[in-house]
Amino acid sequence: MADLSVRIGALTLRNPVMPASGCFAVEYAEALDLNRLGALVIKSVSPNARAGNPTPRVAETASGMLNSIGIPSKGLDAYRRDVLPAYTRFDTPVVVSVSADTAESFAEACETLSLPEVAAIEANISCPNLEADGMAFAMRPESTYKAVSAIRRRTSHPLWVKLTPNAGQIALIARAAEDAGADAIVMGNTVLGMAIDVHTRKPKLGNVMGGLSGPAIKPLALRLVHQCHRAVRIPIVGCGGIETAHDAAEFMLAGASAVQVGTASFRDPAVMGHIVDGLTAYCDTHGIDKISTLTGAVAIDAQLTDRWLRFAQQSG
Amino acid sequence: MSVVSLTSGNAPHPATPVRSPACRTPASRACAEAVCGTAAGPSVATHRCRVLSHYAVNARYRYLRLQADAPIALSTHPGQFYQLKCPVTASDAPFLLRPMSVYGAGPAPDTIEFLYNVTGVGTRALATLAEGASLDIVGPLGNTFTLDTAWKRVMFVARGVGLATMAPLVQRAAAAGLQLTVVMSARSEADLMHDEFLRSPQARALADVHCVFDSDGSSAVEVLAPRVQALLAATPHDAVYTCGSHRLLMLLQRALDAYPDIVGEVAMEQRMACGMGVCLSCVRLFDSDGDKQFLRVCREGPVFPIRNVVGEVDFG
Repeated sequence: MADLSVRIGALTLRNPVMPASGCFAVEYAEALDLNRLGALVIKSVSPNARAGNPTPRVAETASGMLNSIGIPSKGLDAYRRDVLPAYTRFDTPVVVSVSADTAESFAEACETLSLPEVAAIEANISCPNLEADGMAFAMRPESTYKAVSAIRRRTSHPLWVKLTPNAGQIALIARAAEDAGADAIVMGNTVLGMAIDVHTRKPKLGNVMGGLSGPAIKPLALRLVHQCHRAVRIPIVGCGGIETAHDAAEFMLAGASAVQVGTASFRDPAVMGHIVDGLTAYCDTHGIDKISTLTGAVAIDAQLTDRWLRFAQQSG
Repeated sequence: MSVVSLTSGNAPHPATPVRSPACRTPASRACAEAVCGTAAGPSVATHRCRVLSHYAVNARYRYLRLQADAPIALSTHPGQFYQLKCPVTASDAPFLLRPMSVYGAGPAPDTIEFLYNVTGVGTRALATLAEGASLDIVGPLGNTFTLDTAWKRVMFVARGVGLATMAPLVQRAAAAGLQLTVVMSARSEADLMHDEFLRSPQARALADVHCVFDSDGSSAVEVLAPRVQALLAATPHDAVYTCGSHRLLMLLQRALDAYPDIVGEVAMEQRMACGMGVCLSCVRLFDSDGDKQFLRVCREGPVFPIRNVVGEVDFG
C-alpha cells in the first residue's frame, strides 16, 4: 500500500486530504471517521463578533453553489472555550482559520490562537464576502505582504496563508506571502459571483453577491495552484471543486502538496473518506509508492511547447 | 389511490416522551457526538435506494416510496428529514441535495416514504424517477417532535405539504390512543389530502377534523383564529403542532398565549446546503427567554417551540 503521508512545512500529515474551512464542522463526525483525515481545518474565526449575512445564504448554480454566509463569529474567547476543544480530541492535527479586518487585529488574533493544541494557523486573507465588493488583503501583493508579515512577527506557529482566485497576478501575491514568512499557501477560496431570479428580479443571495464553489471553479483553481507552484518554494494546499480522488491527484500533479475539500462534503458528508480510499487505489493502479512524489509532476513537454510557439510566430 | 399503511411496523416505539433519538437532543449533543461520531460509527449515511412506488396523488403532490440499503425506518423519527440527491435531467440539473421531511417509515424496516410538491429544479427532476430507478438519500437528519403517550388530546394544524412532515406524528399519537384535533388548510377541496394525512383507520377514528379552504374564505387568519381558539377552549389539549404556513404559525403563537401549559411545536423550513449543521446557511431567528439568537433549522431543528419563533427577521 502506498505511503500517503505528506509534509506541509514542519508538519507531517497522514494523508493529503483535509476539509476546507467554512465547509467543515465537528458534526461530520456523525458521517465519517475524523481520525482518517490529514488535518481538521475549522471555520474561520474573527476577533469581533459577527451575526453573518442575511438569508438566503446559498444559491445553486451550474455545477456549483454560491454562498454568502458571512463568517458568523462569537469572538476569540468563545472560540477557544466552546469551539476548539471539540476538534482537538481527535488524533488529527487541527488547523485554525483566522479572518480579520485589519493587519493588526489579524496579527493579534493569530498570536492568541498560537496554542499548543493548534497544529497550524490558516490566515484567511482572501474571504470575498466581508466588505468592499470582495476586496481582501490577498487582492494585492503589497497588502498581502503587510498582513502576512504583521502576523509572522507575532507567531512562530506554522502559518498557512489562504489566497483568493479573485486576484490577478497570483504569482506575485504568492511570492509576497512567501517573502513575508508564510510556511504554506492555500490556493484558493471561492470566486466572487452573483445570481438573479428572473421571475422576481431579486438577487438569489440575501447579500446580493457571494462566493462560487464546486466543480464549476475547478479548472480555475487548478491553474492558480500551478501558477503558485511555479512561483514559490513553500508548499501549496490546493482547493477548489475537488470531489474525487482523481480531482485530488490532479491538484497534486499541478503542484499541490495536499488538498482541501469543501462543497463536495455538502453533497456527500462521507466524501473525504472516499477520496482517501480513492487515492490509495490510484497509487496502487499507477505503482506509486509515495503520494508526495505526485506534487508538481504534471508532464509538460517543454520542447513541444517551444516548437508550437515557434510555429505560431512563423504563421503570424 | 392505494396508500401504504404507515404504522411503525417493526419500529420500536420509543419510551415517552418521544424526543429521544440518540444523536439529536441538543442538551446531550456533546455526549451524543462521542457515541455516534466515534465509538459507535457513523449515524448519518448515504443510502442507495430503489424506487418502489412513485405517482401523483393529485394535481399538486406526488408520493414516493423507497427501499433503502439499510433498516433506516428503525432509526427515523417523526419530524426528521433526509437530503435527496435528485437526478439530473435534460432540462434540470440540481447541484445541491434537497431536504425533504419523512412522510412515513415502515412497515418494512427498510422502506421510507416522501410526499412532495413539484416546485423547482430539484423536485421537477425527482418527479421523472421511474419505479425501479435508484436514488441516493442522506440521513436521518434533524430533531423530532415531542410526544408524551400519557397525554389525552393533541392538535394538528396543517397546510400544504406541511402535512407530510406531521403525518408520522399523527400515526404515533393515534397508536398511543390520543384524541386528535385536526385542522387542515388548503387552497381548495381538490388540494386537500385528508386521507393522506390521517392514513390509518385508527387515526381517522380518533380525529375530530376541521377543513378550511382559500376558495371559500374559511382559511383566512381572521376567520380561522376564533375557530382555533374555540377548539382550544372547548377541550383541554396537551400539545399543538403545526407545519407548512407562517401565517398559521403566527396564529397559533398568539392563541397559545392563553395556554402556558400546552406544548407548541412547529417544523420549520429553510433553504439549506449541507443539512448537517455545517454550512450555516439555514439559520433563523429565535427568542429563548428574551435572548434572541440564530439557530440552524437543520440541526437545532427542524422542530422548534412555537413560542420561540421570531416572526419578523431583524438583522440589525
